[in-house]
Amino acid sequence: MIRVIDLDKSFNNQLVLSNISVSFEPGKTNLIIGRSGSGKTVLLKSIVGLHEIDRGEIWYDDIHFNKLDFEAKKEIRKEIGMLFQGSALFDSLTVEQNVKFPLDMFTDKNEEEKTDRVNFCLKRVNIINANKLLPSELSGGMKKRVAIARAISLNPKYLFCDEPNSGLDPITAILIDELIKELTEEYSMTTIVNTHDMNSVMKIGEKIIFLSDGVKCWEGSNKEILYSDCTILNDFVFANALAKQLKSSLK
Amino acid sequence: MIKFLTQFGRYFLLLKKVFSKPEKPYVYYKQTMHELVFLGLNSVGIITVISFFMGAVITLQTAYNTENPIYPTYLIGLGCRDSILLEFSSTITALILAGKVGSNIASELGTMRVTEQIDALETMGVNSASYLILPKIIATLLFNPILTLISISVGIFGGWIAGTSAGVITSEDFVYGIQYAFIPYYVTYAIIKTLVFAFVITSVSAFEGYFVEGGSLEVGQASTRAVVYSSVIILLLNVILTQLLLS
Repeated sequence: MIRVIDLDKSFNNQLVLSNISVSFEPGKTNLIIGRSGSGKTVLLKSIVGLHEIDRGEIWYDDIHFNKLDFEAKKEIRKEIGMLFQGSALFDSLTVEQNVKFPLDMFTDKNEEEKTDRVNFCLKRVNIINANKLLPSELSGGMKKRVAIARAISLNPKYLFCDEPNSGLDPITAILIDELIKELTEEYSMTTIVNTHDMNSVMKIGEKIIFLSDGVKCWEGSNKEILYSDCTILNDFVFANALAKQLKSSLK
Repeated sequence: MIKFLTQFGRYFLLLKKVFSKPEKPYVYYKQTMHELVFLGLNSVGIITVISFFMGAVITLQTAYNTENPIYPTYLIGLGCRDSILLEFSSTITALILAGKVGSNIASELGTMRVTEQIDALETMGVNSASYLILPKIIATLLFNPILTLISISVGIFGGWIAGTSAGVITSEDFVYGIQYAFIPYYVTYAIIKTLVFAFVITSVSAFEGYFVEGGSLEVGQASTRAVVYSSVIILLLNVILTQLLLS
């Protein structure tokens, strides 16, 4: 479980996250939703320690993460897998080398064991016969899947996904969502996904928090989101024409 | 002034991070071998071409400035050797490498920063500064002295070819000139300067690239700053080192 307590974060004296308190449960796909610029990515990066927070606490199970020094944080980070918005695959490495990278850095496995693990992870995300390709030779969906394979190569306890569907067509986006949900259940990971894609919200959002202007405005599940009284949330959820029609039919 | 001091402080904090204990020495070794090829071996071509023509021009200019019969012609060879040894092969080579290698390092790290590849390393628990920068520093410290020795040899060879082809000096006089009053310490002096310049080029360029914020425009600006700052620092240190090592 990951707990965030009273978190504040500012850049150049401008508060971008204010008094955020939330807990993310293991084995569930936890979603952070909100408009662009609402602070989703800053919250995610603060939780993994890429941003120093101004105030508050971040707990990974019973470990007070933001009190740890760089070396101590490393131990937690070995249990973290992260999928970045642009995939963040290493340009100069092949698909196989990208997935093998965490194994090279943090395990004492021999080459054969590492190759087996790489092939297992790639097969799990449905990437076949692409081991020797460079990231520049992959499609957007393939890049995301390779990044997921890299993220799960060390069997992480925590999986973070920053807008996993951005730039993908709806069919591929659904495949990525399903993959994230399956992996979360399969490995009992604590998964946190940043998104503003309502398809993802409805499909995989077991627990959802909604951010607006750096403030947590709502918390609930995908079953509850359609019936919320929160006006800002309703404006966000029912922003497009199809959703508006759905809302009127619900009434 | 405060901005300058802040940047200066950040530079040394980055160096502290760079020189911390590597996670997996074998991975760093492999990375260093890669950088030796990428930053070192791939620079042999440009250094060879430039050094050859540099030596040729130095010889021809020395010849046209010493046409007076008072001066023995072997002075042309001697002038060519000392100019290349004392200044051109270390300083000019460093300035060229600041352009080639420095911009390469800054743009590589800058692109990795804006595409979140550095964040990905940090999230995994890898010391990104050390993993990305230390192999580059080691590679340039190991290979740039070799580049300087290549530059010295090729430069003198270029001078011999140009001098004899243009008929301004005989082959015997040129060879006598490059052997006359040779001081071996000059080679040591050139190597010391090369090592200092190699460190400056790599660390300053890495600093500029590592802390890029923004997008492709900022990466380009960082790349330009890397070349300009490295070049200025090289020229400044050239004066200081010359005073320290030759006085």
